[in-house]
Amino acid sequence: MLDIQHISKTFYPGTVNEKKAITDLSLHVEKGDFISIIGANGAGKSTLFNCIAGVFLTDSGTIMLDGEDITMVPEYIRSRKIGRIFQNPVLGTAPDMSIGENLALACGKGGWLSTVSKKEKLAFREKLASLDMCLEDRMDHPVGLLSGGQRQVIALIMSTYNPPSLLMLDEHTAALDPATSEKVLTLTQDIVAENQLTCLMITHNMQSALSLGNRTLMMDQGNIIYDVKGPEREKTTVSDLMTLFKERSGKALDNDRMLLEK
Amino acid sequence: MLLLLQTALELGLISSLTVLALFLSYSMLNVCDLSTDGCFTLGATVGAVVALSGHPYLAILAAMGAGILSGFITALLQTKMGISSLLSGIIVNTALYSVNIGIMGNASVLNMNKTETVFTKMKGLLAGSFLAGQYKLAVILLAVILVAVFLYFFLKTRLGLAIRATGNNPDMVRSSSINPAFTTIVGLCVANAFTGLSGCLMAQAQKSVNIDIGSGMVTVALASLLIGQSFFQKGRIGGKMIGVIIGSFLFRLVYTIALSFNMPAYLLKAISSVIVVIAISGPYLKQQLPNLIRKWRSGNAGRNPGKEEI
Repeated sequence: MLDIQHISKTFYPGTVNEKKAITDLSLHVEKGDFISIIGANGAGKSTLFNCIAGVFLTDSGTIMLDGEDITMVPEYIRSRKIGRIFQNPVLGTAPDMSIGENLALACGKGGWLSTVSKKEKLAFREKLASLDMCLEDRMDHPVGLLSGGQRQVIALIMSTYNPPSLLMLDEHTAALDPATSEKVLTLTQDIVAENQLTCLMITHNMQSALSLGNRTLMMDQGNIIYDVKGPEREKTTVSDLMTLFKERSGKALDNDRMLLEK
Repeated sequence: MLLLLQTALELGLISSLTVLALFLSYSMLNVCDLSTDGCFTLGATVGAVVALSGHPYLAILAAMGAGILSGFITALLQTKMGISSLLSGIIVNTALYSVNIGIMGNASVLNMNKTETVFTKMKGLLAGSFLAGQYKLAVILLAVILVAVFLYFFLKTRLGLAIRATGNNPDMVRSSSINPAFTTIVGLCVANAFTGLSGCLMAQAQKSVNIDIGSGMVTVALASLLIGQSFFQKGRIGGKMIGVIIGSFLFRLVYTIALSFNMPAYLLKAISSVIVVIAISGPYLKQQLPNLIRKWRSGNAGRNPGKEEI
């Protein structure tokens, strides 16, 4: 499904600001995997996502998706197979366009010169109604008027409207309040389960890192330092993770948010 | 007075095509296309040269084609060659000056007094009917309606939505399988086709072209656009488009009235600059005003003794 072989990425090479963000990282993801990724700030989690999505090209190594070599493929072409949600709800939707228009962009059926049909509009409505958030009556409202949580839900619906081969969630609930965060997370699980999506999720919440999905990765200094799945993962607790991190990286996992949320 | 109104209507509607072009590039695509001046002149010169060679209808298509080409180059510079969008507009604008002089055969003025144009064609067509006196308006109105209807439906297509999203949230577009370079190129090509058409009609309506026909056009059109948008802030796309066309007419009307009160004609460009400044910085200053007042008051009330004012 997704096969990453020995990729590296260094920012500002040869300068005083040189930063080795990813160092010789390899990862194989099976179809249907739901992988949570944890690690301190600057561990390379988001860089890994950006490498996979093609925001920038890697310095070395190969990335294969669905048996296709996408190492040098530009971002917008990869986006046909990869859905992404970011931490900042503002990034996933066009604020001055209506909910309907945003969804029309995402559904992407028909040619460039086609318009949105009545049937499609009805489908959008049904999809929104199923969320039970009263969004279906606000199809003509600009997305910019919605709350962060609502925008994130729209972004989630948009990036999974045509189920992608790979869904990447970069702390997509971190900017939301606890109740909304819970709701978005539940919706994410439902959508992933319903479409049997392969999913990578960065999170700072150690509990959900263990409770969601079927595999957990821990990253530090641009590489994966711990990879757990199956029965072993079921036995792992949050404090195990903390101890493990200290052992393997030689320092405590001193991220405030992680500590608060454990 | 009626004559005044008619002149304003004609000029306003001709420039409204450029305003619609900026509506697409500036309001929708969020690119301030500074090649507008040169492109307007390009449409005028290309249209004039083709009309002078005896093809009045072909002149329209040629002018639009030239506009598309110019827009394509501007877009290419900013999407594929790493030049900022403002700078690419300025670069193309500068180059177009030479191109335009070249098209006119190393002259800076072309006269079309006896040339057959779309306007003389329409004059012949309407001769004898009750509309005979309004042949100019008829041509211009037809052009504006065609362009506005085209733009309206264009913005409703998936391509149009993608162009709007590119201007509204480029981050989102990049992560949603739309190539922002492609939408920018298409958007600027279409916008500049309108600008070219606008220049072509202006030249044919006044039966002459000079190299300065388009100078300051981008500011004049921007002023019209902002006037129009201030009237139709919350409407949908269609309403906004009608708003900017009316804005263009209003701008010319105020200007023509001012002229009839002996305002020197050369003030047009200064006035449009002032309007653009007011329209863009007005809302910003309004927002800042309460803070400025507060600062001023507290400054007066509680000055720290011994501290020098900077």
